[in-house]
Amino acid sequence: MSTDTKSAEKAKLAHECWSCGAMRAAHFCESCGRVQPPVPTDYFSFFGLPRKLNIDPKQLEREFYAMSRKLHPDLFVRAVDQEQSWSLEKSSQLNDAYRTLKDPVTRTEYLLKLEGVNLEEQSKTATETARAAGTQKKQMVPPDLLEEVFELNMQLEEARMNKKMGEDDPSLKTELADTRRRLDGKFNALAAELQRDWDEWDAVIARAESGEIVDTERTAVRDKMVDLVNRRSYIRNLVRDLNEVLGN
Amino acid sequence: MAERVVGIDLGTTNSLVAYMDGNHPVIIPGEDGVNLVPSVVALDANGQVIVGNSARKFLIETADRAVYSVKRLMGRGKEDVRDELKLFPFRLAEDLADGEVLRIKLADKSYTPPEISAYVLRQLKHNAERFFGSPVKQAVVTVPAYFNDAQRQATKDAGRIAGLDVLRLVNEPTAASLAYGLDKRKNGTIAVYDLGGGTFDISILKLNDGIFEVIATNGDTHLGGDDIDNLLIAIALDDIQGDMGLDLRRNGEAVQRIRKAVIDAKIALSSSEKTVIAVELPGGKLYQREITREAFEGIVRPVVDRTVEPCRQAMKDAGLTPDQIDEAVLVGGSTRIPLVRQLVRDLFQREPHCELNSDEVVALGAAVQANILGGGSQATQDMLLLDVTPLSLGIEALGGVVAKIIHRNSTIPASATEHFTTGVEGQTNVAIHVLQGERELAKDCRSLARFDLKGIPPMPAGLPRIEVKFLIDANGILQVSAREQRSGKQAEIQVQPSYGLTDEQVENMILESFDYAEQDLAQRQVIEARNEAETILTALEKGRSNQAWQHLTDDERKIIEILEAEVREVKEGQDFQAIRGAIDALNQATMRLAELMMDSAVSSALKGKTMESADMGEGPVAPHPIGKAEFK
Repeated sequence: MSTDTKSAEKAKLAHECWSCGAMRAAHFCESCGRVQPPVPTDYFSFFGLPRKLNIDPKQLEREFYAMSRKLHPDLFVRAVDQEQSWSLEKSSQLNDAYRTLKDPVTRTEYLLKLEGVNLEEQSKTATETARAAGTQKKQMVPPDLLEEVFELNMQLEEARMNKKMGEDDPSLKTELADTRRRLDGKFNALAAELQRDWDEWDAVIARAESGEIVDTERTAVRDKMVDLVNRRSYIRNLVRDLNEVLGN
Repeated sequence: MAERVVGIDLGTTNSLVAYMDGNHPVIIPGEDGVNLVPSVVALDANGQVIVGNSARKFLIETADRAVYSVKRLMGRGKEDVRDELKLFPFRLAEDLADGEVLRIKLADKSYTPPEISAYVLRQLKHNAERFFGSPVKQAVVTVPAYFNDAQRQATKDAGRIAGLDVLRLVNEPTAASLAYGLDKRKNGTIAVYDLGGGTFDISILKLNDGIFEVIATNGDTHLGGDDIDNLLIAIALDDIQGDMGLDLRRNGEAVQRIRKAVIDAKIALSSSEKTVIAVELPGGKLYQREITREAFEGIVRPVVDRTVEPCRQAMKDAGLTPDQIDEAVLVGGSTRIPLVRQLVRDLFQREPHCELNSDEVVALGAAVQANILGGGSQATQDMLLLDVTPLSLGIEALGGVVAKIIHRNSTIPASATEHFTTGVEGQTNVAIHVLQGERELAKDCRSLARFDLKGIPPMPAGLPRIEVKFLIDANGILQVSAREQRSGKQAEIQVQPSYGLTDEQVENMILESFDYAEQDLAQRQVIEARNEAETILTALEKGRSNQAWQHLTDDERKIIEILEAEVREVKEGQDFQAIRGAIDALNQATMRLAELMMDSAVSSALKGKTMESADMGEGPVAPHPIGKAEFK
């Protein structure tokens, strides 16, 4: 086993298959088909994709199936331990990558993370952790929602109070239901906006690929998307709070 | 030849073992010729462990020596099973410490659930070994899709204790879809509704050119036919108390008799409109109650209805509406109940499939997966199973909230990497509490384990950066590894499983290895077959010098000679079944020779000759099968 590990180390450096020494491919040797040791890689590269946001879901699924047929641990039950654990690690990478890229929103968030943005602060977990710890979470209220949120938070507080006391305020409920409908509409409109940002981002990347310096544009689109993702999760949290009060 | 891998359905009520015979999965029957091995384990008066049908009679006669439905206790703690104990006659050992794996009393001994399951597995292993005439060491074992990490680990431990290398745990509904998918080879979405003896699962799969991709799964690991039985038993006990003034609740034997009677009635009501629950009670009194299907359905509807919400949730998670489901499949004995079928019909708006025996389909599917893992065959060459984790994995964060790191219905293997640091200067340990479940607070989720990261180099608070990798493998079982990134040191992890046996405990439980016995068995079978071959060859030699030989046609003699050569050849090999096959063929071919010899012996006898001089061999009767002319 230790020779395997050593030759694997060497192969990693030499870009050679650890088993037959031929040219190495990203995941399996093109010559002997053996699975190659996992290397740290981002999810786009794992699929051999450029860092662009428009991805054909059918094509991605085909790739996912094709790679699963080669990497899944079921195929390595009788292989040596080292290969078994490589296949386990690589197929988990494959599944993680597919799951992340399949969904438009997680795909966007993942790309932003790769671009150095910390979205943690916006996550539900962060909200809950802050809530449980009794601290105020840093979160920027989207400017166009500022007024509405202020009003809404007071109404939510009142509704929660009512609920606790067993009181009923039908007009408040109607108002909250209206707000929920409006927020749902805003939320759904974000999909079209996201598509526009994607197209813009992909165009910038295409220019970068052809050698242009596009740093300013790149940062600009990135920040637009950060803003969009933040607004999206902000609205989602509001809708969740409304659902808690109103029921689904 | 590669080692044989069998497929095992380790059920709450019954267990089965199957293998792939060419392109078709086949159930391996037990010694009694029956496919189902009841998951009942008993300890007889001599301290001998008895499994299956023969253990069932202990349930009634000496209930304290037998246990059933132990699957309900796998991977669970004392506080989890309180409700279970009210309904099932499990006798826990009195000296259980908090956090200790449960132990169940059988007579004066006590066993953990994995050990009891191991006895069932060992029985299935033996059945397979008897069938093949060679040792079986590797298996695929099925588990309910909704089993959590601890329940899966407990099942894997049971395999190890039984001397089986469990190559893969496969989810029961997924296994069933493999059995169905083998012949159909269609693309589309299917919903598998699996209501067994003690567990309920719903899985929604997408089939795509041989890839079986589970998109969503849900269920309840404590919902099944047992719950229906318990409702009926409760009614019968009330009746008996009301009508006869007899309180039999504490009478194990009586309860077992009633259980058997209500199960019979339940089964009868799947095909007839009414039946009678009839039990002979201790003291000879007879309890009888007529029950119509309508009344039965009224009683059990609350149990059956509990399957609706998991189905809805699974469809929601899959992002599908009922009209987008192409097929629905029924699995598990409880889906024979007409009410259940109606519910599935309504839920998925189509007639569900039930062509394959719903008791056997999971084991058949396990055999298909076993075949895939064993290298595949023509029938399975394009098949691949992509399953999901049924429950979200999370870690306890500040304030007792759970931060989810791998969401439910993620395709497995799946992984997540988290970073941890220290809060105090010089701190060298970090504790991580890992949980499974969908609830927001740690106290409402299932605790899996506490990981203690040790050996962190002393540094100012917040400086160490410990990277912890959580990986759910293809069995749905969690693996954790950690590394301190600044020092690059592999951090030491001490695992305190919340509900499970340690490696060392499992090691000590491993049932006395039967490897030698198995080897002996295989050897003995070869030797016996060879002896038989020798006998028939010797007898044939004698037959050749008999005048009867001359009465055979040239063709008959030629065939005998070919088959004789065959026996001589295969008897040198190790395959006892081949030897027996060749012997049988030769036996058939020499049938007429034997008859002729018999005739001549009889006529010689009539002519006043003694048997011995009739040139017939040693014995007083005609030697056929030729090998029978053997007297000791």
